[in-house]
Amino acid sequence: MSNQQQPLDDLHHIKQMMERSSRFISLSGLSGIGAGICALVGAWLAHPYVFGKKDHIMNRELVATLETAHDYSSLLNSWLFWIAAGTFLSALVSAFVFTWLKSKRQGIPVWGHSAQRLMINVSIPLMAGGLFLFKLIHFGTFGLVAPGCLLFYGLALINASKYTLDEIRYLGFCQILLGLLSLWFVGYGLYFWAAGFGLLHIVYGAYMWYKYERNEEITV
Amino acid sequence: MNNPIENLSKLFDSRIRLGIMSALMVNAEVNFNELKELLQITDGNLASHIKALEEHGAIKVHKGFIGRKTNTVYSVTRSGEKAFRAHIEALEKMIRFSK
Repeated sequence: MSNQQQPLDDLHHIKQMMERSSRFISLSGLSGIGAGICALVGAWLAHPYVFGKKDHIMNRELVATLETAHDYSSLLNSWLFWIAAGTFLSALVSAFVFTWLKSKRQGIPVWGHSAQRLMINVSIPLMAGGLFLFKLIHFGTFGLVAPGCLLFYGLALINASKYTLDEIRYLGFCQILLGLLSLWFVGYGLYFWAAGFGLLHIVYGAYMWYKYERNEEITV
Repeated sequence: MNNPIENLSKLFDSRIRLGIMSALMVNAEVNFNELKELLQITDGNLASHIKALEEHGAIKVHKGFIGRKTNTVYSVTRSGEKAFRAHIEALEKMIRFSK
């Protein structure tokens, strides 16, 4: 038996070292839950603005101004913009905090080689998506903003799956599916957005936490 | 050479050397500090294992600079890759034979 144990341990060690050196494995499930909660709160806050009960972000005059004068300033100062920016920042911070805690527990540098590679590969589709959405808003095509967010974010996650835990790939597929589906329900984008960035993140985060971190204090 | 255990290279006998080779197999280049963080060992310990692997021609060393700081990067050689693959195969065979 001990004859067999040694090579088995060696192979296990090799696999672990290959994964640790090429993938960022400290992404915490709690990060997903935190970001999901931020998204739900953001969507709840944005709801009255998006559906025209306040601030009239979607009114015709504003759209006309944007089309003719190329004047983004009124849009960038709207409440909706600040809600979106606040949601994004708080989601990012909460995601970072839990992952930072986990990486500290595992003794893996949070800004090491693998983390940098992950960030670069997530950023590429997200930056392209961000610019695309900016142009959608420019042309007043607000109905496509939520599907666009979901689609580009899904693509970013699928790209990310090569550089971190594999399961994030399925979260990416779900986001893309939701994004495509919402193309047939233009006008209800915020609900799809909340389902994708809120609910899916929470479900994914809870699953990952349950799978990898639940017993961590005992096993490590 | 028909005996699988003969392919088990003495060179890859230690956990640290296995770790260095594993990291270099899946990354084109890895620098000294990254290896140190990955393996959680001291400078001197890592340096001695790197030296052994280099002397056997399993890895290549490139000395460079980032600003004024030295940045030494390592990559696997073709013969090192071949030897490491043979080593993994031998480990797999050992498991199969002892079942």
